[in-house]
Amino acid sequence: MNNLVLVAVDGSEGGERALDYAAERAKIGGAKILVAYVIEWSPYTFNTPEENAERHMRREQEIERASTTVVDPAASKLAGLGIDHETVVRHGPPSETLIKLAEKYGVQQIVIGRRGQSGIKNLIFGSVAGTLVQTSPVPVVVVP
Amino acid sequence: MTRLLLSVLAFALGTLPAHAGIDETINTLTAPFADWLASIVFFSFPFFGANLPLVVLWLVVGAVFFTFFMSFINIRGFMHAIRLVRGDYADDDSPGEVSHFQALATAVSGTVGIGNIGGVAVAVTIGGAGATFWLIIAGFLGMSTKFVECTLGVKYRQENPDGSVSGGPMYYMRDGLKELGMTGFGKFMGAFYAIGIIMGALGAGNMFQSNQAYVQLNTVVGGALDGMGWAVGLVLAAVVFMVIVGGIKSIASVTEKIVPLMAVFYCLFAIIVILMNAPAIPAAIGNIFTGAFTAEGVQGGVMGALIIGFQRAVFSNEAGIGSASIAHSAVKTPEPVTEGYVSLLEPFIDTIVICTITALVIGTSQVVDPNFAGDATGVAMTSAAFERQFSWFPVPLAFAALLFAISTMISWSYYGLKGWSYLFGENKVGILIYKLAFCGFVALGCMVQLGPILTISDCLVFMICVPNILGLYFLAPIVRREMLAYQAKLKGQDVSSLKHELS
Repeated sequence: MNNLVLVAVDGSEGGERALDYAAERAKIGGAKILVAYVIEWSPYTFNTPEENAERHMRREQEIERASTTVVDPAASKLAGLGIDHETVVRHGPPSETLIKLAEKYGVQQIVIGRRGQSGIKNLIFGSVAGTLVQTSPVPVVVVP
Repeated sequence: MTRLLLSVLAFALGTLPAHAGIDETINTLTAPFADWLASIVFFSFPFFGANLPLVVLWLVVGAVFFTFFMSFINIRGFMHAIRLVRGDYADDDSPGEVSHFQALATAVSGTVGIGNIGGVAVAVTIGGAGATFWLIIAGFLGMSTKFVECTLGVKYRQENPDGSVSGGPMYYMRDGLKELGMTGFGKFMGAFYAIGIIMGALGAGNMFQSNQAYVQLNTVVGGALDGMGWAVGLVLAAVVFMVIVGGIKSIASVTEKIVPLMAVFYCLFAIIVILMNAPAIPAAIGNIFTGAFTAEGVQGGVMGALIIGFQRAVFSNEAGIGSASIAHSAVKTPEPVTEGYVSLLEPFIDTIVICTITALVIGTSQVVDPNFAGDATGVAMTSAAFERQFSWFPVPLAFAALLFAISTMISWSYYGLKGWSYLFGENKVGILIYKLAFCGFVALGCMVQLGPILTISDCLVFMICVPNILGLYFLAPIVRREMLAYQAKLKGQDVSSLKHELS
């Protein structure tokens, strides 16, 4: 069986705690960790022509920024702990994309911080963690 | 052209009596220029009792040819286009790139404008109810033209060193014709088009928009802004200046987001008005059909109605002008044809849906009260039709018109800029000059009456059709080849295998 755990990170403290928790468990259980960063994005927005023309460039920049500021540090932390890991950065609606990644990589479990980057928005629309708990096909651990 | 206009202006300013108002003065100055330009661009010949402008014939023949040559892609590709926009075939290796939906929304924002509200009224005033019929037919044929130009736009787009993309007729003519061994011709056509789009950006995408926004504002305040066109113009120019020169993107993105909402509200209320005029619907539709083939009282008869309908349709949906191809080329897809499919929805939404709705609002009102709008034309006429049912409607309509105008102007400033940087490169000073001139024309648009403005912007827009459609004829076989290959691929694979596991 594929002993792989997906950890959702977004540069927030919650994401950091989720990573620490998953690292701890992975060490005990000998699991591999998939560090996933979802850049919030929707294909159904209205843009100016200029925004569209620059989209490709911005996308590269967004991925670059997510990698260098969040994903790479997370990866080196795991490497330091001697935990086998993979990383992925992807655009999309957060919970939906995390589920698709979980399915694609065949992970056994998703670990996510209770609260991520967006505070007020969560109050209105519900959090990514909340949505995941309700829709994920694999067990979800929500780290407080 | 700017220089020419300015020198004419300077000359005539000296000759005019001092008491003439600023607006009036500028109007007196532009009218002869408009007539002169029209006599060149709209060179017409007598045809079955009407004067047929060569350029309109050029567009119609082009649209009919592309409809046949692409085997009625405008009908057969319709459902597939909707599925592409919905994201059924989303390319999953690249989420975060411009989606089909986004490219379409942007292009539609650029085309849905005053033309849909005011242009239709102009068509009905000049061409009678029958002009609506020809407007719809033109929209339908225009779908094929769009398909061709937008496919080419994506196929020959260029990635700039900074990672942004540039595309559009200048690029497909230069590089596409080069592929066919016509390097020199391609270069010439590309440059010709670039000049044309800059001019079009100053007319149709600019002066006409600001002019109609002003007219509607003035109607709402009961004529309190009479003679104040220059002031409204300066405010509008300042807003556009803040966006395109000042780089205040928030204005642009807010407008982009409100415009689709406005369009939906507009259609909703239009349908309500039509329903409130329900008893008049059969007569209004009847008028459209009988008018299309008999055209009583219309100058030039049936041909007159047809010509006006086609002219307004092109002005509204921009098929054949190539401008949308610039907007669509930002999409990242391994199959350029898919963007062609998506783009054919544009004339459909713009002309067949929105313009028809407007035409029915006016048509049903006319049946009930033939003289409901007095001698108002353009946006004011449409506004009067709404006012008959909702006395408060002119205010939100003025607001919508203003936003439509701003978003269309922003889109067109970008189209013109692409033409400019194609010709002169990414030179910062040059770009600034262009942008300042653009803002100047926004202000100028509010200062002149609709007549000369409509003529000038029509001329500028129709002028670009000439090189664009000529280029499309040469490049159409390439598009057809791509289309057939894509269709074969679609048939060979089922949807699920095209659709990747992630989106």
